[in-house]
Amino acid sequence: MRVTQGAFSFLPDLTDRQVSAQIEYCLRQGWAVSVEFTDDPHPRNTYWEMWGMPMFDLRDAAGVMAEVRACREANSQAYVRLSAFDSTRGWETVRLSFLVQRPSDEPGFRLERLEAQGRTVRYAVRPYAVDRPAGRRYGPASAARGEAR
Amino acid sequence: MADSTSLTKVRDIKQRYQPGVLKYAQMGYWDGDYEPKDSDILALFRVTPQEGVDPIEAAAAVAGESSTATWTVVWTDRLTACEAYRGKAYRVEPVPNQPGQYFCFVAYDLDLFEEGSIANLAASIIGNVFSFKPLKACRLEDMRLPVAYVKTFRGPPTGIVVERERLDKFGRPLLGATVKPKLGLSGKNYGRVVYEALKGGLDFTKDDENINSQPFMHWRDRFLYGMEAVNRASADSGEVKGHYLNITAGTMEEMYKRAEFARELGSVIIMVDLVIGWTAIQSIANWARDNDMIVHMHRAGHGTYTRQKNHGVSFRVIAKWLRLAGVDHLHAGTAVGKLEGDPLTVQGYYNVCRETKNAIDLPRGLFFDQDWAGIRKVMPVASGGIHAGQMHQLIDLFGDDVVLQFGGGTIGHPMGIRAGATANRVALEAMVLARNEGRDIRSEGPEILRDAANWCQPLRAALDTWGDVTFEYASTDTSDFVPTAVAV
Repeated sequence: MRVTQGAFSFLPDLTDRQVSAQIEYCLRQGWAVSVEFTDDPHPRNTYWEMWGMPMFDLRDAAGVMAEVRACREANSQAYVRLSAFDSTRGWETVRLSFLVQRPSDEPGFRLERLEAQGRTVRYAVRPYAVDRPAGRRYGPASAARGEAR
Repeated sequence: MADSTSLTKVRDIKQRYQPGVLKYAQMGYWDGDYEPKDSDILALFRVTPQEGVDPIEAAAAVAGESSTATWTVVWTDRLTACEAYRGKAYRVEPVPNQPGQYFCFVAYDLDLFEEGSIANLAASIIGNVFSFKPLKACRLEDMRLPVAYVKTFRGPPTGIVVERERLDKFGRPLLGATVKPKLGLSGKNYGRVVYEALKGGLDFTKDDENINSQPFMHWRDRFLYGMEAVNRASADSGEVKGHYLNITAGTMEEMYKRAEFARELGSVIIMVDLVIGWTAIQSIANWARDNDMIVHMHRAGHGTYTRQKNHGVSFRVIAKWLRLAGVDHLHAGTAVGKLEGDPLTVQGYYNVCRETKNAIDLPRGLFFDQDWAGIRKVMPVASGGIHAGQMHQLIDLFGDDVVLQFGGGTIGHPMGIRAGATANRVALEAMVLARNEGRDIRSEGPEILRDAANWCQPLRAALDTWGDVTFEYASTDTSDFVPTAVAV
């Protein structure tokens, strides 16, 4: 399956050139770009690991791309996303977020159903990958490497 | 008795309170020198007086009948600080290019209104006056709600910012579709449509305004099958998804029961129709705040009083009231679809929903500055006769903070519902990507869509089917104003 979180997941994976153009757009809006990664793609996993702090003072797309590449290199089988934060009054939130890397194999999610009263069902979505410990969830390399990064 | 032809306020107290009939202007409901206070509620009416009725007297009558006046002098006025309680018409001007119509501005003291009650505001401002015989027609065009009044409301339970954070969806419009046919599907078949549409790439599906609990589908069945579909699609995509469960019912007790079942099943969103009324809307907003629920408002019925510009209430006023009353999604028009809407007028509604402050903008029908005082933003919804081939126009008109709902444009796709949803999602993402890259989507839009259709078969089929469909009819509700020449 294909996790379709982020603004552009229904398009073919973006090239670095396309990613760069989006970063430039964010910087033109005055937004602060940040890089995050995870190996738990649950739709309600809000807090991905931060690859450093949001780059509030970096106004150069090439600099952001260097961080994207470094994050990908260190986490080659993780989901990596780029987010742009707008600190304008009334927003103070992310204004654009999209994936810039996904694991080579995405096993997806199990839907668990717990039958309750009447015909009511309680649902839980569980990523298959989280059955393994953090750091060993995706790809043969990460499985072999053990728990520590 | 005072001179019956005069339109100035009678200042002699004995004359003023002599039993009998005075003109409203003579009673003090017209004051051309009045300077509105920052704390006043201001209303702009478009008035068509009967033949022979002076526009100033018509304006005074509107101010009077929407505040303290009755048709005759009453001595009991003198038991009150009646000067303060009188609505004051303070400006009257002819409507440009509409003979016989006048814009009348009226100011009301804040103390005329109960805190936090749209029902009270509506009962005053649109209570009696619209049936008043000396007027042929009357329309409430716009209102300025002072910060002191805005702060007595809690506004949208969720708002655009928190909705996006809960859904984890940023930087693009959200996508929805209304399940069709509106009536007749069983719960099981209904859930099939929800599943296919969400699995294909939509964020939301929607109950229609008149789907409640009919013989062919009991509400509990719809909720149960709908949530099975939502959760399946969520597990298949890794995204948060939702179905607007319409809880509209005959009584508040029944609505609460349905809302609670929606919560029990894990729905992120419920839906109500505008026809449930202002008090019910504010009550549901309270419930939603207590239960972390997004409230989707379908403006069912509004066209009966918003569409004709000589009589009724403009939708921009309804949108302002709804932002105070507390809804998170509001159908606000498409401009390009099958339902009424001049593009600039519709943009005016969107600005009412989304801006922190509205500046006066006559082409968009905004007659007053409006400070929303930190109240949350409403997500506008564009729904009705729109399709993937219009994606560039929709994004150009409305930006990112909108739900684009393609009902027929999803479900009527020749390759099926799932393909219809995928076509819309691909068109949307391709257009946002291109816009951010700096391309002019207004002129290059069709080309951007065709390029994406080269690799996306469902989009190609959608463009082949609907690419040429447009709804080009003259709008009935456009803004009347005279453009002011600006020195260059």
